[in-house]
Amino acid sequence: MNALSKDMSGPLALFANRLNTLAGAERQSAAGALARTGLPDRKVEAWHYTTLRALGKQDYAAPPMQVEASTVRSLLDGVLQAHPAMAALPRVVFVNGRHAPAFSALPDDVDLSFFADDPQFGQQAAPDRDPLVALNTALAEDGLVLRVPAGVDAGHVMLISLGVAGVDPLSFHPRHTVVVEKEAHLRLICVQAGQGAYFHNPVTDIQVEDGATLEHLTLQTEGAQAVSLGTLYAHVGQQSVYDSFVLGLGGQLVRHEVHARLAATRGVVHVNGAQRLAGQQVGDITSVITHAASDCTSRQTVRNVLDGHARGVFQGKVLVERIAQKTDGYQMNQALLLSPEAEIDAKPELEIYADDVRCSHGATVGALDDDQLFYLRSRGIPEQEARQMLIDAFLDEAIALVEDATAQTFCRAVMAARFAGKGESA
Amino acid sequence: MSQFLEISGLCAQIDADGQKKQILRGVDLSIPPGEVHVIMGPNGSGKSTLSYVLAGREEYEVTAGTATFHGQDLLAMEPEERAAAGLFLAFQSPIELPGVNNANFLRTAVNAVRRARGQDELDAVAFLKMAREAAKALSMAPDMLKRNVNVGFSGGEKKRNEVLQMTLLQPTFAILDETDSGLDVDALRIVAEGVNRLRAPTFSALVITHHQKLLDYLVPDRIHVMARGRIILSGGPELARQIDQEGYTKFLAEVA
Repeated sequence: MNALSKDMSGPLALFANRLNTLAGAERQSAAGALARTGLPDRKVEAWHYTTLRALGKQDYAAPPMQVEASTVRSLLDGVLQAHPAMAALPRVVFVNGRHAPAFSALPDDVDLSFFADDPQFGQQAAPDRDPLVALNTALAEDGLVLRVPAGVDAGHVMLISLGVAGVDPLSFHPRHTVVVEKEAHLRLICVQAGQGAYFHNPVTDIQVEDGATLEHLTLQTEGAQAVSLGTLYAHVGQQSVYDSFVLGLGGQLVRHEVHARLAATRGVVHVNGAQRLAGQQVGDITSVITHAASDCTSRQTVRNVLDGHARGVFQGKVLVERIAQKTDGYQMNQALLLSPEAEIDAKPELEIYADDVRCSHGATVGALDDDQLFYLRSRGIPEQEARQMLIDAFLDEAIALVEDATAQTFCRAVMAARFAGKGESA
Repeated sequence: MSQFLEISGLCAQIDADGQKKQILRGVDLSIPPGEVHVIMGPNGSGKSTLSYVLAGREEYEVTAGTATFHGQDLLAMEPEERAAAGLFLAFQSPIELPGVNNANFLRTAVNAVRRARGQDELDAVAFLKMAREAAKALSMAPDMLKRNVNVGFSGGEKKRNEVLQMTLLQPTFAILDETDSGLDVDALRIVAEGVNRLRAPTFSALVITHHQKLLDYLVPDRIHVMARGRIILSGGPELARQIDQEGYTKFLAEVA
């Protein structure tokens, strides 16, 4: 039927049954690209620090059509009950990559549709360059398609993605599109959570049109066995703002990859984040910010707290094209290592072709400060509590970058609920 | 019955670039309840080390001697246990804590100490009322409770914040390590008044200073001169004035 079947050895065998039965030119082309490259290994530069070994050797099945409602309800409650304000916000709930209308409370002020009804892959994603995007393109079933009409302030929308799996791994590859039209405003809160062995591989296509603003929080609280590899493209128009923050807490292996393109003058992009990981967790925050027009600003501040054998990866590339004069770029990655086995791999990159720019970057790695710890303890604060205070303070300075007050409060509530009294090293 | 604070033959060293460096070489000092004692001495004589060792800083290794507080073995206690037992160290260089709100820090400390002392914790409202009053008495700007601990504070503001912590934690024994350094005359008076307000038959202080000025306000009971890791001389308040006028050289020569 196509060239796939003969080259489905190696990791791709995990998806072979599903990849061999594709319909449609785009899906077949993506599958073909995937067959040529395979899934990335350490020899691929963008994946040098993060291996996909966690995907294991078992087949990834397509998710079943039926999922027990009580399981979904309890996962959803876990998300919404973190803070009282959350349950009142409009939400679109996906379960195993498919829209679950029974659990959604759809927003009013936006145009909403679903990928399943009219699959559109958009212009930004590059299946031929990114195997995970190719895999998504081949296997995407559903996704949110959200459009905020010009001039409308749509308030908040939550996109909640729940994974529900048992011991047999399943995978889902949702394809989301978010368009904020001219002069419109949206505050998007994405939450990823779940249980069991699943592989979540979303691709999100974002367009922020001229004069528009998108504030975007991604909260990663995937289940402990989950692999979650998200790729996000953001096209930022003239004088528009894409202000994003990712808070990474859950999952076995999580990668948040952002490609943001400042396509017209005076655009602003923030790709900020924080992650707190322990045990054997791996958390990867990768970004490519392209300045393709003059007078744009990009900011990236990422803070990592790593305990146990956890490993954090930060890859941040800022590409300033020749036309992008007066670029203002800043990038900072900081890590706090709480145990001798914890590790951070940081790869900042500046690639600048314009001559009148202001770009800076830096990275720090350290342990908790002995002077600070002693100061707190000398005031009667027990050691574990003192450690927790300093860890919270370190991450809180990043969370303070979330400008949307609701999203910021949500982050703090989730952190407080997860880590109260857990300052000790694992 | 043992003294309030009793230090005997105390020796301590620190690991400096792989070399053990002996700093305290047999400190003997006893402070009865209700008294303010002063330690003076040239730079490098071990004054700050003594304060750190008493507060429980782990970098200093005690190699000999004892220190008891209310009859308890102070050196066997964790720093937080010492604070709960009533010991307070006002740092010579107060530490900045980025991301830690000053009011939250103070309340966490006060409640940790109250918990350890078997007292009820204070709720946010009751605590804030108490903290605001104490800050006002030290002429601190109200926004200093909202800022991050010591971050962006001037030298004088940091020292006042130390005295604020001391006021709220209600210690029975306070060590003030050059709390007067870098203060102008007005700030000096405010800080001294903060200490004087705590004075009681059950409160003692050990004041490390280079200057007579602070002692005009604090009126000490005893003066000790420290040199080369030991107390070499003790006397009444007149000793401080004598040092202020004549310097240390004469005293160092006498014991040499």
